[in-house]
Parts: sequence; C-alpha cells; structure tokens
Amino acid sequence: MDFNLTEDRRMLQDSLTRYLGDKYPVDHRNKVAYALPCHDPAKWTEMAELGALFALAPEDAGGFGGTGFDLMVVFEALGRALNPEPMLGAAMASRLMTKAGADQEALLSGAMKYAVAVGEVEAPYELDQIACTATAKGDGHVLSGRKSSVYGGQAADVILVAAMLDGKPALFEVQASDAQIAGYPMMDGGGAAEVLLDDTPAKLLLADASDALSDALNAGALALCAEAVGVMEVTHDITLDYLRTRKQFGVPIGKFQVLQHRAVDMLTEIEQSRSITIKAASELEGPDASRFVSMAKNLIGRAARLVAEESIQMHGGIAMTWEYPVSHYAKRLVMLDAQLGDTDYHLSRVMAGLQAA
Amino acid sequence: MDLSFSAEDNAFREEVRSYLAENLPKQISDAVRNGTEQTKEMAEEWHAILNRKGWLATTWGVEFGGPGWTPVQKHIFEEECCRAYAPRIVPFGLNMLGPVLQAFGSKEQQDYYLPRILDGTDWWCQGYSEPGAGSDLASLKTRAVRDGDEYVINGQKTWTTLGQHANKIFCLCRTDPEAKQQEGISFILVDLDTPGIEMRPIRLIEGGHEVNEVFFTDVRVPVTNLVGEENKGWTIAKFLLTHERTGIAGVGFSMQSLEEVKALARKIRRGGRPLIQDPLFAARIAQAEIDLEAMKITNLRMLFKAQQQGAPGPETSILKIKGTVIHQELKDLARRALGPVAAPFPGSITDGNIMFGPEGTSNNAARYFNNRKTSIFGGSNEIQRNILTKTMLEL
Repeated sequence: MDFNLTEDRRMLQDSLTRYLGDKYPVDHRNKVAYALPCHDPAKWTEMAELGALFALAPEDAGGFGGTGFDLMVVFEALGRALNPEPMLGAAMASRLMTKAGADQEALLSGAMKYAVAVGEVEAPYELDQIACTATAKGDGHVLSGRKSSVYGGQAADVILVAAMLDGKPALFEVQASDAQIAGYPMMDGGGAAEVLLDDTPAKLLLADASDALSDALNAGALALCAEAVGVMEVTHDITLDYLRTRKQFGVPIGKFQVLQHRAVDMLTEIEQSRSITIKAASELEGPDASRFVSMAKNLIGRAARLVAEESIQMHGGIAMTWEYPVSHYAKRLVMLDAQLGDTDYHLSRVMAGLQAA
Repeated sequence: MDLSFSAEDNAFREEVRSYLAENLPKQISDAVRNGTEQTKEMAEEWHAILNRKGWLATTWGVEFGGPGWTPVQKHIFEEECCRAYAPRIVPFGLNMLGPVLQAFGSKEQQDYYLPRILDGTDWWCQGYSEPGAGSDLASLKTRAVRDGDEYVINGQKTWTTLGQHANKIFCLCRTDPEAKQQEGISFILVDLDTPGIEMRPIRLIEGGHEVNEVFFTDVRVPVTNLVGEENKGWTIAKFLLTHERTGIAGVGFSMQSLEEVKALARKIRRGGRPLIQDPLFAARIAQAEIDLEAMKITNLRMLFKAQQQGAPGPETSILKIKGTVIHQELKDLARRALGPVAAPFPGSITDGNIMFGPEGTSNNAARYFNNRKTSIFGGSNEIQRNILTKTMLEL
C-alpha cells in the first residue's frame, strides 16, 4: 500500500502545475475560454512539449504513461488551473487509438488535435443507443447522423466517431474538414461542437468497438473526476482565504460557526472525492472499471455541486461576479457533472450491478 | 500509488481469518449477527480466547503484552473481526486505560493493573461525562479533595457504558477549582466497591440498558490511585482522544451492515418483486455503497499517513464524521427494508409460529435507534467539526 505518487508522476505534476500557474493564469484563461476556438494554440504546443499528452499513452503506443494514475495527475493539474485546453478529447482518443493499434504520434506530439464523438442528442451517454450509421462505400465507409456534445470538437483536426456498422458500434476516423462542425463555447468555458455527418467519408479503425468505447468513456469520466478534485481543492482554498479576511460585524466571517462547519463538510466531501478517484484510477484497467468509475462520477457529481454552491453562498455577492475567479470555478464544478454521464446516470449503473448480482 | 496490501499483510489477513474461523464460538457470532444484546459472559469468553493468542490488547506496546502490530495490521484485524461477526472488544480497559497507564502510570500501577485488564480480573468503565459536562467536558464538576493519603470524591458521572458489568471506573475529577478549567483536572482510578458509590441504569431510546449514571458521595480513594500528576488529567484525556483513533471510521462495521442490507433487499419481496428491484430502494443502497467505498480509501489513506508519520493526525476527525453518518444510513436502510414489519417491539412476539420478517431482523428498528449514538459519543460530530476548523482549516 502506497499513496505517494511515483517520482516521474510527481515531476510531471509539478512541471505542469508550475507552467499553468505561470503561463496560464485565470485571467488569461477567461480571455481564451469563452470565445472560439476556446483554447490557446501556442500554449497547447507548450503543454505538449512538457509531456502532458505523452503521459496519456502507454510506452508501447509511443507515450510514457497511460494508466489511471497518469490521467489523474494530468487532469488534476488542469483542474487546479481551470484549464480549457481540449485535453479530454485527446485522452479519450489516445485510449481508442491504443486499442485500435493506430499510430498516435501526431496526437501525442500535439501536432494534431483529436476529439471523440460518441454521444448523441437523445443518447448523450448510452453506447447501446447510437443512431449514427456507417455504410461501406468504395474502399472505405461513409457516416451519416449527428454527434452531440463533442468536447474539443470546435478545435479538432480529427474526430473519432462511433457509428453503427452491421448492428455493432464501430469506430471511425473522420477529418474535421470533411464534416459540418458547429463549434461553441460552453457555459463554464472551453469548447465543444455538434458534428453533422452526411455521407461523410470515414476510415474504419475498429469494427466492433464496444469494449474500446466503453473503456474510453471510463477513462474520460475518470479524467473529469480528477479535474473536479483539482477544481474543488482550489475553490475550497479560495473560500477559506475569504473566510479569514472578509470582515462583517467586526470579525472575520470565518469566526462564525455556521460557516466553519459548512467549510468542514466541503473538506470532508473533497477528501471522499479524492479517495474514490484514486480507487477508480487503480481499477481502470481491471474488470470492474465501469463500476468504480461510475461510483466516482456519482460521488463527485454530488460533491462538486455542494462545493460550487456553498462557495458561492459563503462568499456572498462577490462570487456572483464575472471578475471574481470563484464564479468560474463554480461553473466548471456544476457543469462537468453532465459530461460523460451525470450523477443519476452513474448511480443507475451502480444500481444495475446491485440488481444483477 | 498502489492500493494493494503487501504480501506480508495478505498473509497476516489469511492468518487472522483462519484463526477466527477456528476459534470464534458460533453462539457468540450468531448473537452479534442477530444484534441481540451482548452478555458479559460472552464478552469475557471472547476476550479470554483472544488473550490466549496474544491478540487481545492490540494497541499495547510489546513490552506490556501487545502483539506489536503496525497500524495496517490493526486495521486488517479489525476488518476481519467484523467480517466474522466477532464481538467488539470492550474498549475501556484494553484500548483506553491500558495505553494511558503505559504512557502516564507509575511502574506499580502498570504492574498491578495491566495484567488484570488482560486476564479479565478487572472490567473498567469510564467516568468522563457529567450531566452538565458533555461536549464541554472541561467544565466537569465532580470534586476530588485531598485529605491526608486519600481523595474524597463527590459528584456525578453519566453515560457510563457497560458500567453494570464493571468493578472499576477511571474518572476525571476536579482537584483545583481555582485553576483555569482544563488545568484543575486529575485522572483517578476508583474501585466501584468503595462505599458511597451508587450506579443506576439509564434506559435508552430503544429500551436497552447499555449506559448508567454513577453517583459519588464522600467516596474515599487512596492518593496512589492518581494517574500521572495532579491537575494534569486533561493531558491524559486529550491523549486518549488522539490515540484512540484506530477503527474510528467503523468501516468494517459498515461493510457488515451493507452486506446485511443487500441480502435483506434480495430476500424481502414487495409489490410482487424482490425489494432490490425497486429502483428507489436500490438507489439508496447504491449511494450508501458508493460513499462507503470512498470511505474505505479515505481510511486507508489516513492509515498510510499515520504509519509514515508515527501517529494519526487531526484529519482523522473526518473519519468519525463521515464514517458514523454512513453507518447510520445503512442502519436506516436495514430498518426501512422491513417496512411495517420493523414495528413489533423486540421480543414482543412470543408465538414461535408467527414469523415476522426474515430471521435475525427483529432488532433492526432498535438497532437503528441505538446507532443514533455514534454521531454523539466520542466527541460529537459537531465537536469534530470544531477540531477540523482549528486544525485543518485554520479559521
């Protein structure tokens, strides 16, 4: 049993955290995050040079990481800085390309940006209800349908698409320039896109991609959990600073027990969130990955909303302003719940496991 | 980062598991499983069995007869004991007074009392709380006045758990009423046979007799029964608070309760289907299971830290708060699962032909009510929040 990070991961965490703190502060982030392309291409390249993308893939796929703990380290650092770069799509795409045995040099070096399109308007999370279809045409395939909430899709060069082929979800590679892409900034910053496919040419990567897609969704959800842990810790720290310095009735408001106990409850839920994320990371390659990832995403969905709402409330009016960073952290905490399966969706997956056993 | 236990720890777990399988008497584990009130005889029998193996005083130093386990091994032992439905070790002598005497007691006190705790000669109980001193323990009023070679004790203690089985009590008494609250308190050992002591039962919410109130009227105790220095008892009280923290999360008990609830929800039928197929009930179980899964890791993380730093830190208050709330939720589910069948007062249905709910569940409502205590005792969850506010949040 060892809850310390390995030396390599600690170094990656430190360098990424330092880089984001120095070069990507929240005011710069806010300039970037809410307008297309919702990221900073120069900074993306610098982050790739630091190894943030190579950490996403295992050695035999050209990276130097690829485990749940590697994802955890990268995304927690991103969360602490509230970073809007399209790393989620890269992480999920890398997972899929490793499973498909595809060359991902361009992804890991940062030369090309990838996004993953699984969800649809009426089935945002469910793999078994994909309506998008693939048809053989000539040497390749064409895809038709609409893919929804494609994170990083607004900035992607390549999109990996899940579409039905012979009754099974298959994985295809689509050049962004061949599809109709409606990109948009999100409420909490960062970008996504609706991807419209109409006999769009596509290269088949995996004919039966159910397991690979399920794994990529698990990895993506785990990444979001780790990101949330980073966001929650910073939000809590800012709130504590405020409680120590803001005076009302002649005393720092942190002297009021009604606020102290609520701040403790936030701490408790953040510790629980970190714990369940560690557990999910350790199980990511195992047979029960979906179960533990769902546990993590459910708990963190609840905890993140608590931390967001309580931080705003305990600050009072100032946290309602665009200028004060907590507002942006809080938005991220609330909105990430709906990415790759919300609290209820993941609870129902844990329930299904209970009911089946 | 590695969540697996070492090969040595796994071997230790196997050793504990097979030992329990061979040595835990079935009538004792059955009583624990069914939640019937534990008798004194059962506790004494189980203590004696563990003592023969050298596994009774798990928190004691090796030189005093402890097994010399690491925090992780203690954790494994507790987890396996829960899994096997072993009774909880009665903590007052073994896990409270024992470590206090080892840290603060005189050589004479150690030589006399420690063996008697191990072999069961003495059953200790705790005289801390008073009617006017609960969370604000330092405001306690029970007086011990020096008179020659004796202290004369007057006052009242309460919430004395299992005092009805005890022959001795350790007390916090005020020896200097002029000093600042925390500085005038002493830790004194008292024989319950001493004239002037009266113990009365307190009937609890579910009807059981678990705690007592103890009245002291001119009780004369030799000054040699003082532990540590006079007026330094608060240091000992705090020592107990920080050192008696293994197993504070009660993860093993919650795991036990979760399995019970799952089994119950599969067995009980409601509306023509097993209760577990009711989405609302299944959702409640799932959420409790998720919180417990996180708690297991939180517990291990703090254990790991304690093992590295030598002692548990103040963050263990998180374990108390969250661990008790999760356990209470599971006890609530065990009650809810029965629906109206949870209603009969325990023992009220004497006709053996009338089966009322699955076997072993007749105490589920009682157990739910009894377990409301866990967020109150040992420093209420609100006191734990105060501790965390000071130590972790620095507000």
